[in-house]
Amino acid sequence: MEKFVKLTSTVVPLPIENVDTDQIIPARFLKATDKNGFGDNLFADWRYNKDGSPKADFVLNNPSFKGSILVAGKNFGSGSSREHAAWAIDGYGFKVVVSSFFADIFKNNALNNGVLPVVVSPEFLADIFSDVSSNPATTLTVDLENQVITNNATGKAESFEINPYKKECLLKGLDDIDYLLSKKDLIEQYEATRK
Amino acid sequence: MSKTLFDKIWDAHVVSSVENGPTQLYIDRHFCHEVTSPQAFNGLRARGLRVFRPELTTMTADHNTPTIDQDQPVKDPISRNQLDTFARNAAEFNMPLYFPLGHQKNGVVHIIGPENGFTQPGMTIVCGDSHTSTHGAFGTIAFGIGTSEVEMVLATQCVLQSRPKTMRINYNGKLGKGVMAKDLALFTIAKLTTGGATGYFVEYAGKAIRNMSMEERMTVCNLSIEMGARGGMIAPDQTTFDYVKGREFAPKGEEWEQKLAYWKTLKSDEGAKFDLELDFDAADIQPMITYGTNPGMGMGIQESIPTLDQIDEAGRISFQKSLDYMGFAAGEKLVGKPIDYVFLGSCTNGRIEDFRVFAQYVKGKKIADNVTAWLVPGSWGVEKQIREEGLLDILTEAGFKLRQPGCSACLAMNDDKVPAGKYAVSTSNRNFEGRQGPGARTILAGPLVAAAAAISGKITDPRV
Repeated sequence: MEKFVKLTSTVVPLPIENVDTDQIIPARFLKATDKNGFGDNLFADWRYNKDGSPKADFVLNNPSFKGSILVAGKNFGSGSSREHAAWAIDGYGFKVVVSSFFADIFKNNALNNGVLPVVVSPEFLADIFSDVSSNPATTLTVDLENQVITNNATGKAESFEINPYKKECLLKGLDDIDYLLSKKDLIEQYEATRK
Repeated sequence: MSKTLFDKIWDAHVVSSVENGPTQLYIDRHFCHEVTSPQAFNGLRARGLRVFRPELTTMTADHNTPTIDQDQPVKDPISRNQLDTFARNAAEFNMPLYFPLGHQKNGVVHIIGPENGFTQPGMTIVCGDSHTSTHGAFGTIAFGIGTSEVEMVLATQCVLQSRPKTMRINYNGKLGKGVMAKDLALFTIAKLTTGGATGYFVEYAGKAIRNMSMEERMTVCNLSIEMGARGGMIAPDQTTFDYVKGREFAPKGEEWEQKLAYWKTLKSDEGAKFDLELDFDAADIQPMITYGTNPGMGMGIQESIPTLDQIDEAGRISFQKSLDYMGFAAGEKLVGKPIDYVFLGSCTNGRIEDFRVFAQYVKGKKIADNVTAWLVPGSWGVEKQIREEGLLDILTEAGFKLRQPGCSACLAMNDDKVPAGKYAVSTSNRNFEGRQGPGARTILAGPLVAAAAAISGKITDPRV
């Protein structure tokens, strides 16, 4: 897994609530057997017309909005457990998703792929949307070490929560499976106690 | 100290705790399907690992499969490749419980698990599928995981999980006539909203739950994820034990007696503390339908869609976007609206009792001319029962056809897709935009409302 320490970037705003994983990556794109290429179909049904041409009114097709931070309305990533949603977001080039609320499974999946979900207050989120809409060059800085997100348009900052173990994993680029494999003896001991 | 049902099962499966971090939880049963597993097996290969406990994983192909002509080669080459990859992984990793397309135990993963006795009280159960919560009906901790976690379970039989908060929802009294488990679940999701139980594990309790069959309990637990819950569970009782007993992979003889004695201890102690406790009166629940594009946008079938001023300001754009997609207006009633498709099936409502309810309603009637109906049993076991009980004759007489088992029109991954702009009354679990096909408009409901819609060709209250 790639390390994540600190990032400053312009943002792509998606002020929609309850964005479910079927919107992030529709089921018909889940037929692949590897993790590559999902970025091309991120938000496919909002992003492309039936003939595959881009829909001009969708934010990913608006050249004014670029960057590696996606900012979305509350309850982002609800629905299906498909990790393909995290692969699509990562594959497109987003390293951070900011929202006021995330669905559980999506949050885990994102963290397991080095994509950082940052929970901010509804007010902080509303400010980002309005600042970015009036000035698309607005940047955010996400500092994982200090757990602080800063809106550089206003200088306002907020601290965000992350599990200390998950933070360590991201800072060092380690994943859970490395940890679990190091505990094989404990697993066998546990199995023996249950026999 | 008094413990909740959740505490008892969780505590019995803790292998270790990461300092300031999640719990290493042992998994008793892992269910695996073709869509969310290939990258996990690739991961094992890349690390040079074998599957740690192959006998604890049950594999079935269900999402990306056709529901007709299953004896023929799968036409779509990309789907076929995914199914072939599933088969290769099962063979290469010596997986003993592999049920491919055409196998008599093949079917929707959350239906074949309980049906074959893999699902038993007190277990921890995971699957790369959010509707794994279904198995909670047996008094298990069952939840959906991502593919990275599938790889962890294959490699170590463990996952790392943060302990969720606990919620108990009590349903007092009795459900009214024509009101079913699906209605109770859609009612609850509408009350809590689609994110209202995020961070919680839910225990369903109360008289209305106790009165339910196992299949109804599975429908309730299945939909837990639709209000964001990590999972849902129901304490096991005689109904549970009677269901499990005698199934192929259930314990037998002396082992059965030992397990049964343990299972009888699996209930929340008196005075156990929940982080949140809610009470509903079952008599308040009506047959439910959804009007929007998430399962929380539901209402009693006779009610009206909310008006804009009833919606939080921050949510109005999303609400309006949702109604525009559905082609409905705020404040509108939906009874009497014509529909185009009916889907009976899925891990939510693809069991024999669902087919009984549907068949009983349509008996002696005819399918409406404007309706295309897809009736998809959840497994070959369900299909066999439909034939043996004479339900197929009733359905055929009413103009319906039966398809072969699979996830079918629940998720538009296979050939069963609802065309753009068409309305489908579906017994499945999600009404997201495009869930049943690009542009398809889904109205979620129970099997009885679906049957009434199939006969009248309109949204119809089955009680009148």
